[in-house]
Amino acid sequence: MNEPRTTASERAAPPGRRRPPPRSALVPLVRRALAPAHVRHALLRWLVLAFAVAVWQLVARVHGSVYFPPPAEIAGRAHELWFSGPARHVFLTEAAVADILPSLGRMTAGFGIAAVAGIALGVAIGRSRRVYALCDPVLQFARAVPPPALVPVFVVLLDFGTPMQIASIVFSAVWPVLINTADGAGNTDPLRLEVAAVLRLTPAERLRFLILPSALPRIFAGLRLSLSLSLILMVFSELLPGTANGIGFTLTDAQSRSDLLTVWAALVLLGALGYLLNTGLMAVEKRLVGTGRTTTP
Amino acid sequence: MTSKGRQEQFLLGTLGVLLAFGACEAVSRAGLVRRDYLPPASEVLTRAVALAGDPVFLDGIGATLRAWVLGLGLACVIAVPVGLVLGSVPVVDAAVRAIVEFLRPLPSVALIPLVSLLLGSGTETKVALVTYASVWPILFNTVYGLGETDPLAKDTLRAFGFGRLAVLLRVELPGTAPFIAAGIRISAAVALILAVATEILSGFGEGLGIFIAQAGLATDGTRDVLAGVVWAGVLGLVINGVLVWGERRLFPWTPGRRGVA
Repeated sequence: MNEPRTTASERAAPPGRRRPPPRSALVPLVRRALAPAHVRHALLRWLVLAFAVAVWQLVARVHGSVYFPPPAEIAGRAHELWFSGPARHVFLTEAAVADILPSLGRMTAGFGIAAVAGIALGVAIGRSRRVYALCDPVLQFARAVPPPALVPVFVVLLDFGTPMQIASIVFSAVWPVLINTADGAGNTDPLRLEVAAVLRLTPAERLRFLILPSALPRIFAGLRLSLSLSLILMVFSELLPGTANGIGFTLTDAQSRSDLLTVWAALVLLGALGYLLNTGLMAVEKRLVGTGRTTTP
Repeated sequence: MTSKGRQEQFLLGTLGVLLAFGACEAVSRAGLVRRDYLPPASEVLTRAVALAGDPVFLDGIGATLRAWVLGLGLACVIAVPVGLVLGSVPVVDAAVRAIVEFLRPLPSVALIPLVSLLLGSGTETKVALVTYASVWPILFNTVYGLGETDPLAKDTLRAFGFGRLAVLLRVELPGTAPFIAAGIRISAAVALILAVATEILSGFGEGLGIFIAQAGLATDGTRDVLAGVVWAGVLGLVINGVLVWGERRLFPWTPGRRGVA
């Protein structure tokens, strides 16, 4: 984001004046490491968050609304529900094992299958203009269907339970990866491919050294979308009547008992889970793609 | 692209659709799955066409679209001004960022039980959830787009003595508009997901999701469920198509798919 700005200001400098000396790559790094503004902003962030939570706590205490319980009570309920177990179970309670683990397992399975299938099919489709043109309308339609609409279909086909839930996640999460991978794989620099042909690289080598690296930023853009869709579908497929466990089940169960505290605790847990999963994916992306080429901040 | 290339692309695309259709038809007719589980594609399509003449079904689609429009509109009204403030005042951005970063990863469908407890299961619930989910893409794209506006133009305008508001209206807002439009396009899809999801879970009232959910409960209702899904897909395609078309008309200078998801 900073690049165009510096070039623009350089261009704007009148020709008579001496240009500023070129900055070495080290300067921004050092500045960022010391950066008082950076630290100040980070501090400000946490302070504001803490302040907001404190205000909520106070207002909720004074007001005493049933619908918006104070955060301390929510945290207490979450602790009591899930994290007050014995030390040898890493402090997880039985409820945590019975609810959080199945949800996470289904989500990991669904997202994993969608990612692998999406990347594999995407590369296969993206390598040929013809095949891409053949599949494009069908893929666009499949992506346009709002995924929750399909869940009742999977309920009929697979009945309630884990296979239905994993199928729903896979079916909704596969399209963004597939379409983005096909796009990315189709846009490999033709010059490089010609060089690869001259060097007589095998198809496997071409895939490993050319196609996948050049498609990687697009693949990750798709994976990020798919991850949030997986989380949405994980919760949605557990909210349906007929499920027996999972965080979503905890939510509906608490809703039917009007147990607002547990509803809020489950929401906080899901938010934290979403945050952790997203941060994890971004860390992997940073390692594989590098910071310079990511499209989103 | 040449017109010949485009023609070939169109033909191949049509062929692909026909192949997919044929495959679905064959799988069902060959008896690989029970026929009432997966009816032939032709039957589903006939039913989908028949539904287009069914006033009750059309009312349902209307109800879904109403919630979609209201929610998306509210989200724009909230997200664009907030995004402009966050994007132009770094201190506010840094201050609010933490709260935003904790709210955004929450899967919005998880709010359905809470909001239904708060607002019942009518249109308000749908609109509230659609709004919540569609705010984020528009907000983030506004902030991001504001950071991408041409600093040279801003400096020039300031040098001519224009005030903060004039710079905002003359440079920053037009420069950010394509990003906002892209955010709205992303939100439009999210909004449809939330509208349908809320309807499926609430189980009564009217809407496309309710049609699908109720058809799913009936024995032998898969044909209706799939016909509803076809309509949901068509709705999604049409919405996206209209928005992409509008973006191209309004901002012809920007490359096709801009923005952050």
